[in-house]
Amino acid sequence: MAALKPSRRIHDLFTVNPHATLQLGLWVALSIAMMTVDHRYHALDGARDVLATAIYPVHYLARLPSDLQNWLSENLAGRAALLQENTRLREKQVFLNVQLQKLTTLEAENRRLRSLLESAVNTPERVLIAELLTVDFDPYRHHILLNRGRQHGVYVGQPALDQQGVIGQIIRADPFTATAILITDPNHALPIQINRTGARTLALGTGHFQELELPHIPNNEDVKVGDVLVTSGMGGRFPRGYPVGTVTKVEFDPGSPFAHIVAKPVAQLDRIREVLLLENVPDAPAPDAPALPGGVAAPKRP
Amino acid sequence: MNTVRPTGGWVIAASFLLAFVAASIPLPGELDRFRPDWVAMVLIYWCMVLPYRIGIGTSWLVGLVVDVGRGALLGQHALAFAALAYLTVQTHRRIRVFSPWRQTFSVLVFLLIKQFLVFWISGVIGYPPRDGWYLAPAVGGMIAWPLLFVILRDVRRHFQVT
Repeated sequence: MAALKPSRRIHDLFTVNPHATLQLGLWVALSIAMMTVDHRYHALDGARDVLATAIYPVHYLARLPSDLQNWLSENLAGRAALLQENTRLREKQVFLNVQLQKLTTLEAENRRLRSLLESAVNTPERVLIAELLTVDFDPYRHHILLNRGRQHGVYVGQPALDQQGVIGQIIRADPFTATAILITDPNHALPIQINRTGARTLALGTGHFQELELPHIPNNEDVKVGDVLVTSGMGGRFPRGYPVGTVTKVEFDPGSPFAHIVAKPVAQLDRIREVLLLENVPDAPAPDAPALPGGVAAPKRP
Repeated sequence: MNTVRPTGGWVIAASFLLAFVAASIPLPGELDRFRPDWVAMVLIYWCMVLPYRIGIGTSWLVGLVVDVGRGALLGQHALAFAALAYLTVQTHRRIRVFSPWRQTFSVLVFLLIKQFLVFWISGVIGYPPRDGWYLAPAVGGMIAWPLLFVILRDVRRHFQVT
């Protein structure tokens, strides 16, 4: 800070900044120029990287209170509570193991059938676990900030899941953090398939955590409340077959060619803590793959 | 020549750091919609009491850091904060001597303008606000202002920030 002369202080009392309006104009012009460059050409990603790395400690500081609370509740939990939790987890593990056995046989069978069909074999996916740093301040934009970045192998377009299902994809990877867009963001469209019938469509974000919209499904299509939606693998971003949501509302409007269908995401998007990032080349279906029965023309990701 | 040196720059920096941290801590349940923009409020305070130190340029930089921290467009908060600082600096002589009620009301107006600017830019890039809730943080800020003002005033006096 520049040192002030005593006379200047008295002067300041009356005219702090005679050029304030001009200054504001210049800063506003600079902001607009920067926003235009950032939005249209993404030319400022380098500067953003540097700044993002510089303020990374602040994010950690911000997490400190909740981390401390978790740590305390974990460390001060009573012996009885821990034993109880242990038993519960053990039971769950046995249960999951049984399911896993079934899955292994199914996977083997699936691979054999696929090789018979001479289609691409599913590569096993590697998973990176990231924790949530902050949720976007903007209530109309469903973006989340994660604590893993390019240094950990995160890349733009990487699919993100939680234990229940698909939550979104990475839209920006900084050196130590990454931003993911959720499937409920109004600007997100996810290529999906209705599991029961195989009908393909998109799941559009609505800006509500509990709602996805399914456009382009004709009125005569077979869709019921409770139908499970899975990723279709179209567009090449998401691997096929991950759960997305369940249909909650089907309205046939005789006046319009398409039905109004609303689904609820299976992932609890408003209470995410940990995110699984899939690391693999997604197995987009080959162009000549046999069409599933009842499939509508699948639009590509916009 | 230099008889009066500005002191306590670190106090100002620390207050902003704490505001950044506080701004990213969610409030419980529905209250979170009213989570005040602490950084903007700390900014208003310093622009009001030390307008010759914290002005439009500093505020713009603070806004830029907020943009990076929140993953917003680079320049979005910078613009809004520069405008906020302009309003505060231009009116600081009056606001400082206002009664607490009038001062709080002025802060509400400033924060509403700031929210409007930020979300106006969001609207331009394709995220228009769907309802009026985006103005709620300004109301939360108004409620929190008297407390923040007293705390920052005591801190400023204690560390003799000039």
